[in-house]
Amino acid sequence: MSGEQQVLERIERARRRQPRLRDEHITMAHGAGGKATRTLVEALFLDAFRNPLLAPLEDQAVFSVGGQRLALTTDAFVVSPLFFPGGCLGDLAVNGTVNDLAVGGARPLYLSAAFVLEEGFAVADLRRIADAMAAAARAAGVSIVTGDTKVVQRDKGDGCYVTTAGVGLVEHDVTLGAATVRPGDAVLVSGPIGDHGITILLARGDLDLAAELASDTAALWPLVAGLLDAVPGVRCLRDATRGGVATILNEVAAAAQVGVVVDEAAVPVRTEVRGACELLGLDPLYVACEGRLVTVVDAAAADAALAALAAHPLGRDAARIGTVEAGPAGLVLLRTRFGGTRIVDLLVGDPLPRIC
Amino acid sequence: MRFVDEFRDPARARAVAREIAALCAPGRQYKLMEVCGGHTHTIYKHGIEDYLPAAITLVHGPGCPVCVMPMGRVDDAIHIAAQPGVILACFGDMMRVPGSRGSFLDAKARGADIRMVYSPLDALKIARTHVDRRVVFMAIGFETTAPATALTVLRAAEEGLGNFSIFCNHVTILPAIKAILDSPDLRLDGFLGPGHVSTVIGCLPYGFIPRDFGKPLVVAGFEPLDVLHAVAMLLRQLAEGRCEVENQYGRAVPWEGNERAVAAITRVMELRPHFEWRGLGFIAHSALRVRGEFAAFDAERIFELPGVRVADPKACQCGEVLKGVLKPWECKVFGTACTPETPIGTCMVSSEGACAAYYNYGRFQRRRLLEPSPA
Repeated sequence: MSGEQQVLERIERARRRQPRLRDEHITMAHGAGGKATRTLVEALFLDAFRNPLLAPLEDQAVFSVGGQRLALTTDAFVVSPLFFPGGCLGDLAVNGTVNDLAVGGARPLYLSAAFVLEEGFAVADLRRIADAMAAAARAAGVSIVTGDTKVVQRDKGDGCYVTTAGVGLVEHDVTLGAATVRPGDAVLVSGPIGDHGITILLARGDLDLAAELASDTAALWPLVAGLLDAVPGVRCLRDATRGGVATILNEVAAAAQVGVVVDEAAVPVRTEVRGACELLGLDPLYVACEGRLVTVVDAAAADAALAALAAHPLGRDAARIGTVEAGPAGLVLLRTRFGGTRIVDLLVGDPLPRIC
Repeated sequence: MRFVDEFRDPARARAVAREIAALCAPGRQYKLMEVCGGHTHTIYKHGIEDYLPAAITLVHGPGCPVCVMPMGRVDDAIHIAAQPGVILACFGDMMRVPGSRGSFLDAKARGADIRMVYSPLDALKIARTHVDRRVVFMAIGFETTAPATALTVLRAAEEGLGNFSIFCNHVTILPAIKAILDSPDLRLDGFLGPGHVSTVIGCLPYGFIPRDFGKPLVVAGFEPLDVLHAVAMLLRQLAEGRCEVENQYGRAVPWEGNERAVAAITRVMELRPHFEWRGLGFIAHSALRVRGEFAAFDAERIFELPGVRVADPKACQCGEVLKGVLKPWECKVFGTACTPETPIGTCMVSSEGACAAYYNYGRFQRRRLLEPSPA
């Protein structure tokens, strides 16, 4: 074996080892959805709570109770600013949890809501958030049926944090999961990506940039229900939140040990989002969405799936963005618009703007 | 998108790729260094290497200003950030560069007030709105970013802002290129010159490279077609036996540079006798410091800095990798002590550094990832 091969094999062995959490403190990278988040979740939480329902690390757990298949999920919401074009913390808190149920193939039924409020927070703002939650819940067909409130001292919180949990019912006879993906499958996305992340970045006002953009926050269940009704060959559903479409496709590639090949020219990105990303040195594939479905379907069902998505207003701009291939296993590749190829890796932490 | 898509046209790329292939002499291997980190980024982002014949190797140079920052300077900056009342402002890509006890991200997690800004003027804005705090801007970059830092210091002086200063880590590109050229075991055939730096310094200062070292240099832009064009121009020089400085990036780079930008730098800053580069060691006259006249805005004079030099581990061979003498996997610590999670040298710090890229993707490098589309 050549020296080079020996070195590469050593690296491969190191990669296959369980991730170890070396950090002594939590940094912002641990919350960004990339490699640092994965290491924290696998090495600390999964290690502590290990059980068969948690182990696949899907967005929700699906289990049977009294002959019915139920889905359970929870999500914590922190955002700055609390209000932004297209929505607010309240919309995210309902839609995010509804979507985590929907991508498990579950019709969302009931939510809980827990509020951590900072001393001094304006009641008028809290009312706006609650009203937005009520409206989003009505639109998604769910009820918020239980909750909790805590107040922390001034400067110990960021105004308002919301945690929601949700229960849903799996009615379709499907087994969804990244591990069911097969070579030849088609990768679809329900609309333009990156709207939410860039909207929030601009709404913070640090950049002196402005654009006609609004968050894409929306409840995806109607879109998912339409898709599952129309197409039997759906393998996997995800909603692209932090970490963006790139992170989801990496999860799929790793779970199914397949390669995912994305065609850059086919990925829908609004001109405003692309422009902001060019200026800031960001990649739209890693920018957060809050109402975009990524789905992998049997190639034979791809056209029907695309039509089912496009039939709903939320999926009007749905597109087929890529194909699953046998290899290289565990990798996401991008055929660039320029005609080259590159690897789309998981980021370690937040995408950081670059200057050099 | 206008003014961008024109420079990313696959049909034109295929035409230039054919030209490049035709310019390669049979059996000859070419090693070309792109000096600037921005070029490395473009090469990865667009998959430019898929258009190049196997005879051409692009060597990623020292032009990533955050990657070359030595640990001791990162430690000094974190020391400043830990002083009472200090807000340290820096560019985003500085956040993850490791010092001897972690990065800015780690320091922030331990309680330091470190904020990401997009321009030194944003740091000035923070100083205006936080008059009870001491705001320090971590100034980094080559001649590209130095004018903005200089103008910010001049603005702060005009406004009499007493709570603003800069921690100056600006570096200059020419001594680094010269350090690489001085190496007796150099294996490079030519350079893609740094386009952004050249908008400031122009093309004339590169004259010594063909004259004294016999290597051609083409100043290149940052769109993928720019890079391919510049490679073709280098190969044409080599094929025709010419050796000179050429400017591919004429739409942004005037031959004589930007006098006003250079004047702003010289007004506020002066050359240091020497500065340490991660991976390359001490290089004379390779960095800038704040002139005495502006001492009130110089964090190095305001704060007592530990200034402890943290040596690159002896086993680190980044210098050899940068010069194209060693392949990443031939370095003694590659993949064992030095990994992307615990980087030792500059080539592993940035995800685009030669070693980090090889660590992540090396097993795919010897064969094309997919059937190349330009075929």
